[in-house]
Amino acid sequence: MSIRYDDVSVGDTIPSRDFSVQRINLVMYCGASGDFNVIHWNERIAKMVGLPDVIAHGMYTMAEAARVVTDWAGDPGAVEEYKVRFSKPVVVPDDDKGATLTVSGEVEEKLDGNRVVIVLTTTAGGENVLQGARATVRLK
Amino acid sequence: MPLNREFIGRAFPASAPYEVSRVKIKDFANAIGDNNPAYLDTAEAQKLGHPDVIAPPTFAIVISFQMGAQVVFDPALGLDYSRVVHGEQSFSYTRPIHAGDVLIGAPRIVDIRDAGRNEALTWEAVITTVDGEHVCTAVNTLISRGTAATA
Repeated sequence: MSIRYDDVSVGDTIPSRDFSVQRINLVMYCGASGDFNVIHWNERIAKMVGLPDVIAHGMYTMAEAARVVTDWAGDPGAVEEYKVRFSKPVVVPDDDKGATLTVSGEVEEKLDGNRVVIVLTTTAGGENVLQGARATVRLK
Repeated sequence: MPLNREFIGRAFPASAPYEVSRVKIKDFANAIGDNNPAYLDTAEAQKLGHPDVIAPPTFAIVISFQMGAQVVFDPALGLDYSRVVHGEQSFSYTRPIHAGDVLIGAPRIVDIRDAGRNEALTWEAVITTVDGEHVCTAVNTLISRGTAATA
């Protein structure tokens, strides 16, 4: 099911969704992405370099936030631009819960060429972890 | 130790061609927990008008990371990767990446600057097909924690 440009208005919201992040997800993301930075899997070294604990790959958070846009748009190939700033690390403790990302979106602008700009809000532990997160999506 | 500012503006050689496979896209989608059929099922992707399964919007990081390894791990740059966190990332697509694409790109260091006690290194990868068709430009800012000369 795809959403249509003509049915979208500025200010439309995309409902909030939660995504769980546990250590296993980071290990899998290391393997899939090729980014084996020790701060994503080694608590000892993460703390040694001054982090509170192992932190999630920024790219993992960026990927989860994108799901809110791609599921809304219907066709994930509709995403033309996607940009974020990583404002706070997502700390992933070694327990049964890990961290939870909460992502919501809003239509910020309608552009020509059936394109819309979605601004995303992503929090973990009540703090914004992505700032200026925007996706430009080309709709039917 | 501050980063070597002589690297500002430096262009690196093009990476070896990266062949995008259905299996790799599936692995990546699995790692981010996204079972969107456009990533997993060729017939479903074709219903949306794509030639084969497409990659998630952040998949270009896999390719740009391979290209960027020669930047990040060049000893003369002086970057301690355990001190690195990701600062900013953007992707600008001409079209989605799909299985069967053979992609190349040459990284270039755009800027290295102080950001408080940290340093920020921005580099970009322009990703094209081997035939020169633009697919994605990825711009990546890495933060090197606590390495600014004034820190």
